[in-house]
Amino acid sequence: MGSYVPSTPAQRQEMLEAIGLREFMDLYRDVPQEVLLKDGLDLPAGMSELEAGKAVRAMAARNKIYDVILRGAGAYDHYIPSIVRYIPSKEEFLTAYTPYQAEISQGILQSIFEYQTMICELTGMDVSNASVYDGATAAAEASTMCVDRRRSVTLISGAAHPDTINTVRTYCFGAGRELKVVPVKDGRTDPDALKEMLTPDVSSFILQQPNFFGLLEDAEGLGALAHENGSMYVMSCNPIALGTMKTPRECGADIAVGEGQPLGLPIGFGGPYLGYMATTSKHMRKLPGRIVGATADDEGRTAYVLSLQAREQHIRREKASSNICSNEALCAMTASIYMAAMGPDGMEEVALQCHSKAAYLARELCTIDGVSLAYDGTFFHEFVTVMPKTDEVLAALDEAGILGGLPVEGGLLWCVTEKASRADLDRTVSIVKEVLGK
Amino acid sequence: MKLIFDKSVKGRRLTILPECDVERELLPEGERRAKKPLLPEMSETDISRHYTELCKQVHGVNDGFYPLGSCTMKYNPRINEEMAALPGFAGIHPLAPADAVKGCMEVLDTAASYLCEISGMDEMTFQPAAGAHGEFTGVMLIKQYHVSRGDTKRTKIIVPDSAHGTNPATAAMCGYEVVNIDSAPDGCVDLDALKAALGDDTAGLMLTNPNTVGIFDENILEITRLVHEAGGLCYYDGANLNAVMGVVRPGDMGFDCIHMNLHKTFSTPHGGGGPGAGAVGCKEFLKEFMPASALLSLMKGDAAEHIQVRSFMGNFLVVVRALTYLLMLGREGVPEASINAVLNANYLMQKIKGTFTPAFDRICMHEFVLDVADFKKATGLSALDVAKSLIDYGMHPPTMYFPLIVHEALMVEPTETESRETLDWAADVFRKLYQLGFDDPEYMHASPHGTPIGRPDEVRAARNPVLRWVPEG
Repeated sequence: MGSYVPSTPAQRQEMLEAIGLREFMDLYRDVPQEVLLKDGLDLPAGMSELEAGKAVRAMAARNKIYDVILRGAGAYDHYIPSIVRYIPSKEEFLTAYTPYQAEISQGILQSIFEYQTMICELTGMDVSNASVYDGATAAAEASTMCVDRRRSVTLISGAAHPDTINTVRTYCFGAGRELKVVPVKDGRTDPDALKEMLTPDVSSFILQQPNFFGLLEDAEGLGALAHENGSMYVMSCNPIALGTMKTPRECGADIAVGEGQPLGLPIGFGGPYLGYMATTSKHMRKLPGRIVGATADDEGRTAYVLSLQAREQHIRREKASSNICSNEALCAMTASIYMAAMGPDGMEEVALQCHSKAAYLARELCTIDGVSLAYDGTFFHEFVTVMPKTDEVLAALDEAGILGGLPVEGGLLWCVTEKASRADLDRTVSIVKEVLGK
Repeated sequence: MKLIFDKSVKGRRLTILPECDVERELLPEGERRAKKPLLPEMSETDISRHYTELCKQVHGVNDGFYPLGSCTMKYNPRINEEMAALPGFAGIHPLAPADAVKGCMEVLDTAASYLCEISGMDEMTFQPAAGAHGEFTGVMLIKQYHVSRGDTKRTKIIVPDSAHGTNPATAAMCGYEVVNIDSAPDGCVDLDALKAALGDDTAGLMLTNPNTVGIFDENILEITRLVHEAGGLCYYDGANLNAVMGVVRPGDMGFDCIHMNLHKTFSTPHGGGGPGAGAVGCKEFLKEFMPASALLSLMKGDAAEHIQVRSFMGNFLVVVRALTYLLMLGREGVPEASINAVLNANYLMQKIKGTFTPAFDRICMHEFVLDVADFKKATGLSALDVAKSLIDYGMHPPTMYFPLIVHEALMVEPTETESRETLDWAADVFRKLYQLGFDDPEYMHASPHGTPIGRPDEVRAARNPVLRWVPEG
């Protein structure tokens, strides 16, 4: 069996005697006899490292690795620079915990401070927290931030990711608040419906930009409607799109949230990902989660600390704004390294390449008889096509090592990132053409 | 240390991407941001050295003893990292077709079967991303259960005053009124207080067992029976599961649902604050209330509504790490880990005795609490001073001022992956510091001395928040 217990059996025996006990089970004398596990666990015998490695590798081998991934819908297959993979695996970063002891945690605290700055730069906001679990929970936490005594209803665009909508719904249900979903018209949030739904009890409106179908919403216009009603405006933005797209701040948002996975984190079958959250100075003290601040030590040296802790659960208990404790610190550091590696120009370049390549694939697919775009208007790097025989198309692509668009109501939702070459996209188009030509 | 932004040089860059091989398209003018984000412009050398500099000012488990009570800072095996990085996991899209993700499902199913057996539960979800997130999920199971029965008068969750802050915060997030009950003098649940709090408005009890003072509550069967009799459900906070794996199971203690911290008990790294994973288990009758991804349900044609606590299926790559660990430990290794965690805690407590005083002088579980009150009375030095002094010896301080029921608390959790030599050394350090407190209290009060910074001014940080870098001028 495998073991990470360093003390030898002889040492363990001596230690037991030093405590004044005879049997190891004497350590458990407070446990009622009738509840002790008599026959041990019904588990397979343990393994050596070599065997465990083999077993887990065999599981990995049962998954299919695609050469080209043209599917997004909340998990985006971007190129991860080598340095971005390497640095977070340094054991100091990997094996530390929350930097409670500032004197021996300056490295982590500073890295969070830098992350907070980069998120502020990317979103145009004033203050960022140190991360929450993912984009969906970030939206849910944002909805909680906006609630007050008079306003308890949250509105969310029906064109947001279904997982985001359902997560926000769960948080609202938990707290006994109402969530209403704003209907979608032609692939976008219906402004007329939003207008009608903005009643005096609406605390916030949550918009995803680009939306689930990849389309750019009229973010400024919709936000203005929310503000006219005295409601807060929350935008959930793809951070790669923000390399070129108007920032939430420029669109008038009070809170910017989103899924940080595209910033250097592997798609990893769904996690760990990174929820980013930023807001304006005005709402700083309502922001949940850890926040790092700069201060000085007794000799005047710059020091970073976990700050504004009076908001948090370990101090405020049932009066805390959120129960969050552990977050996604290492993922946040990964995102910082990604943004440092790309720089301002690289962030714009990756955004433009995603957009250009998606536009190219959309254009080329639409040259095929029977294929068209489901919706008009500007999209970023995802778009929905309408075409016949989608099952056959996906199967043929699959055989060629290409993960095609996601079947959604109304067609296939495609995503193109900078990783796909023109040749990959041409190959995709010719396979679709061949299937539809049959 | 200089901030990364201060190391930026205009025009410096890496060459990550090729030239765009299709026609370049810009977003329409009205959709573009006005100016680029002010991100650092660096070479790969700059980035590498910057983070190497930062990592030298961090204390991880790999740097030295880390007895941070309640956090189970055990060693994080490297094989776990190797497995999580396999392209066959890291490169898998969560929305790939079922045929393409059989291996991922096998990981989840196998890990679930191990954790169900260890916890005595029937069903497991990996959607929660951390311990507190697991608590939220678990209490939402309780809420849905009562709601589904039309039992809407149950508005209260009972939480002992020794609980982690996440417990009451979670209950409040789930819309419950929190009933805090005082602990008995021995740190365990006061049965009379519990009985007085129970009623037909009780939705449930949240309990950590062993509790936060490191004691297994010997009345546990009575406690869960009383809650059930009142019509409430019992939630097990798995923060301290590392004490009892393979010895006694929460499911057998009478708990209905549980969260486990894969980043504590199952050796996945804490990452400077996360990512963790909070697997949640429940008994058969709560199964229908478990969370699911709306999008994945839609793809599967499952029309039932489920709660959901984050996207997709949770922190999958953390589960890969935990599974690797579980496969290695297996039937014998799992209880061996717990027994040695308890042995190490008792051994260290025994060796410290005679100097700092254990808050509860009896056999403990995987952690124990020192009460520094007497020492403070004699020397004027607080738990904080002791903690800061430990840093100079290369030890990460224990958890300070928790649980709240011990006022000058230092909560020590050595874990099973520390050797006897390390524990002997740690005990010596504690004993030395105890003496130093009498010999040179001033020195201790000014500690730490050997760190890059001294004690930071936290009041200033809160009063005058500086939460980001701003460019000069």
